[in-house]
Order: sequence, then C-alpha cells, then structure tokens
Amino acid sequence: MSSLAAFAADLATGKIKVVDLTHTLSPDFPTIVLPPEFGQCAPFRSEVISRYDENGPGWFWSNITVGEHTGTHFDAPIHWVTGKDLPNNTTDTIPPADFVAPACVIDCSADAANNGDFILTVAVLEAWEAKNGRIPKGNWIFFRTDWSKRKGAAYANVLADGAHTPGPDAAAVQWMIDRGCIGFGVETIGTDAGQAHTFTPMYPAHTLMHGAGRYGLQCMCNLDQLPATGAIIVAAPLKIEGGSGSPLRVLALIPA
Amino acid sequence: MRQGYEGIVVAAPVTVPYERYSIHGAHGWIGRALHGLLRAAGLKPADLDGACLSSFTLGADTAVGLTQHFGLSPRWLDHIPMGGAAGVVALRRAARAVQAGDARIVACAAGDTNAPDSFRHTVAGFSRFAIDASVPYGSGGPNAAFALLTDAYMRHTGITRADFGRICVAQRANARQFPHALLRQPLSLDQYLSARMVSDPIALFDCVMPCAGAEAVLVMHEATARDLGLAYAHLRGAIERHNAYPEDPVQLRGGWAMDCAELYAQAATTPAGIGLLQTYDDYPVIIALQLEGLGFCAPGEAKDFIRAHDLRLEGDFPHNSSGGQLSAGQAGAAGGYIGLTDAVRQLIRTPLGPQIPGLQRALVSGFGMINYDRGLCSGAVILEAA
Amino acid sequence: MIPPRRPRNPTLLPQAALAPPALRSRQATGLAVAAAQGRFMLQVCDDCGRTCYPPREACNVCLCANLRWRDVPTGGVVSAQTTVRISMDPYFRPRTPWRVGTVRLDCGPDAVVHLHASLAPGDRTRLTLKLDKAGQGVIFALPPSDTPDMPTDQALRETTCDPRGRRVLVTDGRTPFGQDLARTLIAAGAEVFLGLAAPWHPFPGQDSLPGTPVTLDLTDSRSTEICAAAIAGRVDIIVNNAGDFRPGHPGLDDARLAMETTYLAAARLAKYFLPALQARGGDGPYAACAWVNVLSIAGLVPDPAYPSASAAHAAALAQIQALRPSLRPLKLITAFVGPLDDQWHQALPPPKVSPAQLASAVLTALRNGQEDIAVGDLARHTLALWHDNAAITLRR
Repeated sequence: MSSLAAFAADLATGKIKVVDLTHTLSPDFPTIVLPPEFGQCAPFRSEVISRYDENGPGWFWSNITVGEHTGTHFDAPIHWVTGKDLPNNTTDTIPPADFVAPACVIDCSADAANNGDFILTVAVLEAWEAKNGRIPKGNWIFFRTDWSKRKGAAYANVLADGAHTPGPDAAAVQWMIDRGCIGFGVETIGTDAGQAHTFTPMYPAHTLMHGAGRYGLQCMCNLDQLPATGAIIVAAPLKIEGGSGSPLRVLALIPA
Repeated sequence: MRQGYEGIVVAAPVTVPYERYSIHGAHGWIGRALHGLLRAAGLKPADLDGACLSSFTLGADTAVGLTQHFGLSPRWLDHIPMGGAAGVVALRRAARAVQAGDARIVACAAGDTNAPDSFRHTVAGFSRFAIDASVPYGSGGPNAAFALLTDAYMRHTGITRADFGRICVAQRANARQFPHALLRQPLSLDQYLSARMVSDPIALFDCVMPCAGAEAVLVMHEATARDLGLAYAHLRGAIERHNAYPEDPVQLRGGWAMDCAELYAQAATTPAGIGLLQTYDDYPVIIALQLEGLGFCAPGEAKDFIRAHDLRLEGDFPHNSSGGQLSAGQAGAAGGYIGLTDAVRQLIRTPLGPQIPGLQRALVSGFGMINYDRGLCSGAVILEAA
Repeated sequence: MIPPRRPRNPTLLPQAALAPPALRSRQATGLAVAAAQGRFMLQVCDDCGRTCYPPREACNVCLCANLRWRDVPTGGVVSAQTTVRISMDPYFRPRTPWRVGTVRLDCGPDAVVHLHASLAPGDRTRLTLKLDKAGQGVIFALPPSDTPDMPTDQALRETTCDPRGRRVLVTDGRTPFGQDLARTLIAAGAEVFLGLAAPWHPFPGQDSLPGTPVTLDLTDSRSTEICAAAIAGRVDIIVNNAGDFRPGHPGLDDARLAMETTYLAAARLAKYFLPALQARGGDGPYAACAWVNVLSIAGLVPDPAYPSASAAHAAALAQIQALRPSLRPLKLITAFVGPLDDQWHQALPPPKVSPAQLASAVLTALRNGQEDIAVGDLARHTLALWHDNAAITLRR
C-alpha cells in the first residue's frame, strides 16, 4: 500500500482527524484597524445577488467584498516592504508544496490568555524545545494563546495606546527564522504583538519573517486541539494575481 | 352705445331630465339635448349651422370633437368653458353670429355627466391656481371656497343664515312644482338651520347636489323662428365681465355692477320691469351678490330685500322658477343654463310647472369659475316675451 | 391639543400614510423651495415691484415676465375663515375639522391659507411657508408671535417633525457629533436609539453614551437588516450622521470607502429602514415623519481638497432627491454642514461646525419641518452662493 493510500484509509477510518483552524468569515469579525490617516483593510461584506427571487428564481448567491488580510488569513512575503523583491513572494507564485506542512504548537495559553502584553521570547521557545525536541526545518510554528476564545472587544483589546495582544519579540522571530520555519501562525489579529509598533525593529514578525521569505497565518482558532508536534497543516491562500495574502480555510490533520 | 340685439330670439328650450349618477358620458347628455332641439324645432342636423357648447366632463374633447361625434358640420362653432356663466355668454356669442350672418341657427347647449367620485376629480384639477393654491388647503372643494366668501359677506353685511335659508326654502317650494328637480322633499327653515355644517358657515342645504344633465336652446332671427313656426322670446340685452374688482380682498361683489346700467338701457327697462329673476344659485351668498350687483337693492342690503319679498313662483318676486341648482341639482356646465331654459319656457308660456301670470321680462344671470378664491365670470341677459 | 402618545391598538390598521394633493405647477414649486429653507418667499415683479400670488408666469399688474422669488414681509390680516368639516380628499377626510382662511398679505396679494386655530377674521397674522406631507409648500397663518399653544395645533404638526414623544435613531454614535445629537434629542423629549458600528473597536465617549445603544454598521447590509428588524417598526425619525469626510489619497480605495460610508450607507437605510417608517407616516400625531441626512456642503459644491468625499456626498444627495417622491409622506431633511470641528479638519481655520451646533440645527429643522438647512457660517454662505447661481458657484 502506498503512503497516500494508507493516508486515505486512516482518514476514512478516523485514525486521522481533520481540525478546522478557521474563524467564520463574517462582517462583524474584527479586522486590523490602522491609525485613521492610513488606508484601511476592508471588512468582509456580502450582498445577495439573488435568493430564489425576481433576481434569480431558482438560486441563491452573493457577491462578497473582503480585504486580503481579513478574517483567518495568510500573509505572503510581499505583504511587507522587506519581502517585496523576493522571488515567489505572492499568493499566485508561492510554490504549492509550501501549502502543506507540519506544525509545532507553542502553547503559551496559561500565561497569555489573560495577558495582552505577553511576549513570546527565545526563552519560551527554548523551553518548548527542551520539552518537545528541536523544531525541524520546514515547520509552521504556531503560537497558542487561546485568544481565539475571546469575543469582540476583548479579542481586539484596543486601548487608548493601541491594541494589547500577545506576540513575539524580534529575537524570538529571528530564532524561528533560524530554525528554518516555513512561517509563523497566531490566533490574534496580527502575527505581531499589539504593541509591536513600539518594538525595535517595528513589527518584527512582519519585518523579519517576510524579509526572510516566510509566511504568516493569523486569526486562527482551535489551536488547543492540536498536539505540540505531529499536525499537518493545509493552508492554501486564494491564487490572487500578485496578492499579498488572502482569507483562507486552514485545516490541520492530526492523529486521532 | 354698443349695438343692441334687435331681431334675435331664443327658442326651443330643452332640459334633459337630470340624474344623480349616470352611466353615460357628457357626449351622450349633450347629444340628447341637441336631439331634443331638433325634435322641438322640427329640424334636421344639417340645419344647425352654428353651435355653442359647454361641458366640464368631455375628457379630451371640446366642441370641435363633438361635431364629428354627432355628425354636425357647422360653419360657426364656439366652446364656452365658463361654467355658471356659460348660458348667458353663449347667448351673447350666438346672437352676434346670427346678427352678422355667420350662422343662421345656433344650438346653444351644455351638459355634463356625473359618476361617484367624478366631481372630486373635476374639482381637484379645476384650474392651475386652484391646483397650486386652494385645493391643497383642506380640499373642501367649492364648499370651502364659497364658505370663505359667505363668512366675509356675513361679517360685512350682517346677513344671517336665516336670510340665506329663506332663499333656499323658497327655491325648494318652486322645485316641488318642477318635475325634473332631483330634490323635491319639503324643506323648512328649521330644517335648513339645523342641518349639519359642511364648511362653516356653509351647511348642507346651502350646497348644490352634483348630478348629470343637459340644457339647450336655439338662437336665431325672429324671422327664422316665424318661418319654423317656433315660439320664442326676444333677447333684449346682455352683459358679461371677467375678473372684476381684482383688488378686493374677498369677493363681496361680482362684475354685474360694472355693466348693469348698460344692460337695463339696452333692454329699455329697470329692475322694476323684471318679472322673473333667474340667478346663479351655487351658493346662496352669490344670489345676494346678484341682487345687489343687478340693482335690485343697494350693496349690502340683500338681507333686507330677501326679508321683504316672497321669492316663490307665486310670490311678489319670482326667483329661480325651477328651484335652481339648489333643488334641481347641478349638472356641471348645464348649471349655467338652468335659469335660461326655464325663463324661456315661462316667456313662451310652456312652463313645466305653474305659469307666472302676465310675465313680460325675465333677467337671467350667470356666475362662474372659482379659479382660485373667487368667481371670475359674471354676466346677465334680459329676455322679453314675444 | 396633541394627546400623549399611547400604544397603538393592534387590532386596527394604522391610519394610511397618505399625502395631500401633490400636483403643482413648476412655478408653484418655488413655494416648496422657500419652505424647505424656512423662508417666506413669493414672486416679486422686477419691473413694477408687485408681489404676485398664486405663483404665475407674468405679473398681474404690468404683465412682464420678470418675476423673481424674494423674501417678502410675513404680516397679514385675516379676511375670512372657514372650518372644512367634509373634505373631498382622502388625506384630509380623517383630519377634519380643518381650518382654512383668506388673508390679505401686507405685501399685497390675497391668499387662501391654513389657518391656525387661534386666528379669526380681522386678526393680524404672521405667515409662514411650510412643507405639507406631499412635500409641497403651503402657506400657514400663525399668530403674530409664538404662543404656548402653537405647537399643539394639529394641522401645524402635520407640517413639522417635533421629536417630542417620538423615537429617533441616530445612526452613528461613535462620534461626539452623534452623541450630542442623541443628547439634544433626548432633552427635547425623544427616545433615542444610538447606532454603533464595530463595537469591538473603542471610541471616545463609549462609557457615557446617551440613549439605547444598538449595533448598526451602515457599511454592512446584514447589520443594517438585523438592526432594522429589531427597531425599524418603532423608529419615527432617523438622523443619519454616518459618513466620512476625509482628505483624499490618490488611490481609489478612498473613493470606494467614501461611497461605502456615505452613499451606500444611506442606500442601506433606504432599503431596510425607510419602508417601515413610511408605512407609519400617516399614523396620527406621532406618525413616523423624517429621515435626516447630515451631508457635507461639498456634496452640493465640490471641494477640490476632498474629491472622493465630495463625490460620495453628492451621490448621497442625488439619491435622497431621487427617493423623495417615493418616500412621501416622510420628510427628507438634508443638513448641509461645513467643515466639522473634528480631527480631519485640524488644518482648516474656523468657522467649523461643533457637535452642539449640529445638534441644535437638526432639532430646529425637525421642529420647523424644514427639509434644507445649512449648519454653520460656511455651509450657509456656500448654499447662498449656490442658490444665487449654481453654475458660477460650481466653476469657482
């Protein structure tokens, strides 16, 4: 039996379970809000074309509008200025093999769930490796905070000085790049911490990851259902020409 | 002095009995009136070489369309959109046409139909000024417009509702002897005074009842009438005036006063020589204006005149012999003819009710077109028995 | 007297949302233009100075055709009165008795008018032009100065949108402008729903909001529909202050955003809320009565510094004009504003419109039933220029 045939059999018998890491794409799901003088990411919107009515008696469909970085979404390297000249840096040119990759899940939920200023540091990562072994090359590194369990304002957690959501510092990002990760995935609205505009460099996850040709996954959920290692992630963005990212369905395959 | 009306006569008075609502159009009502003229005068359609027509409910048509509708080929044609002044003005026009030889026999007719709600449409689109500046104010129709005039006139002269009531009660008495009247139940002054208000101070019995109907007469030379063997009355004088006294804040007088001296001079008579007065009677206040404007009493003194006279057919001052529109009904533009046809019948001694004994002269007055806040057209003719 | 608001009897149909006769000549529409601005204007002959009424095409003294709409003296004397008890029109029938009068205007002509209950023949009167439920200009004769009982005249109330006892939706409570509108309307006796988009995103004043907050994002059809399902059947007045007015970036995304937040936002209100208001537009003294849109004067006279916003406000304005006939008997009030005193207009010198100024102007427009108001000196000035000569104003 080939490995794919075995995989199919394990799927059919439930030995492999599929976990949906995606939030429902809905108009009221918080999007990133930049200071008002900047252009803004469009929230998800849906306008009915017809619903078994005079505009289409037997069918229902809608037109949607959405930003490339709305809802559970994928960041391509071209998203950031540091990655703008890299090869294969857009949603339509990224090698498709990169859309299926294993993941290591760094569980910081105990510390981050109630701390918007929790920072993922090298120390945390090294402690994880001490327990789970070295992160292999070509893995997603997922940062579990359980922030996906929050709703609305608590999820966005915007205060007068900006958002307060967990994220990595620059050293941790560089450490992950050095581990050869394929990208960095989070539950919050950005791969960077809410206060990352005060870091040096600013927005290290975006600046360094994309500058190194790595990807980002944001606004994921159900990371608490994943093992620390061993999950296979299917995360293929829409094939938008020259796209900087896209909303997508992120699936994890895990042993039952 | 302008030319008189010597030799011009009015003959063959026709009234098509009124109906409250009709399934026939105005064309049908006018057609029946013209047919009535032909039968009364023993004429063929081709003999009608002139026509003078009036109606509010012809839709897109005017007198022009009616010629084809009825198969007439007149060499002289007029359309008179003057409502309550239509009959008086038609006589003037027709008389001049006959005198000038433009026509030999002129049929003067007016008719309208009435259906539930059709009166509302006529009123709502009556005139540009009405559309712009009176209809939007409560849409009380003519009741409200005349209520304002009545209110002002009552304040100005001290006339009372009972005075108006005397007019209405006398007309109802006349109507009870006129077979075509639609309202023939007895009416007492108490009933008049206790009727419900419609638009203060206008109450139910001050209002005419819109209906369908038609009226017509023939105008021709006396010689033509003789040739045809028709009974006739002479046209002795005629006046008309439009938009008189435009600076008056409220209409407390009509245009008659501007011209009535000439009217009596033409007819070589005075108010005392008039044996029957046919006023336009939509509403009683307009009768008061006519009594004053036509010299039967001084301005503001109509109340005294009304109190001093018996206005019934058998009274000392016969007025509105058929009961007028107040009792016979208001058949649209035919309301401008109702006094005319019955005056002619009285003068040629073929009344539908009692004859006024020894009647020599009748004055028929017209009033019409509340274009905005007042009636614009006024006119009068004096007819004399042959 | 206007009775206090009572719950409606659910076994009866609401009183139909009818309007009085709306047909007018082109000239007579000038009355509505003046009424919308709260002015008393009639045609005055350029040649002989005669004031003409009813509106016409030529002077009835000298017959010249040079008639110009001008503000004229508002005084007059009542010459006659009546009380219409039986009306021929379905709108007026249930509203009788209805007072009508004839007035000799100090400026010359005589006019048939709606007569305030307190007036009788011989009385001095002050004439105003009001918009009736058909949106047409009508002359209302009022006591010479305001009296306490004046607002309780039922006929007069038909021409106004007093928020007292009514339920008002202010669509955007995220700004000090929306919050001040709500506070002012509440103080005027209204019950206010305050629309809040993106409640997860904080905003100034969120801890002390006036009125009842409702989630409403006018850039989202679904949100608008859900909010309408919850409250459209209860709202009598909508004050739509949502909309953006920010300097343009060269990109087109700004244009799209401006259209979303201004034009399409109004379109969504029209689709999801307005039918429910219109259906209750004839239902007694507390009938649903008005849709107010706060729009930039740049929607009328575009501002080169704000091209996208000007276009979006113009689009909203055009839409409102187009919807006007189909939304009668509701009043569609446009509050034109100059630059708001907000963070987008920091660089501009005064005069700028403060939240209190906007709120007070909207309240006044509702109470007077005016459809076209300008808030602040700049908007007033621009509107005056536009009324004088729109073509020249647009070119400059």
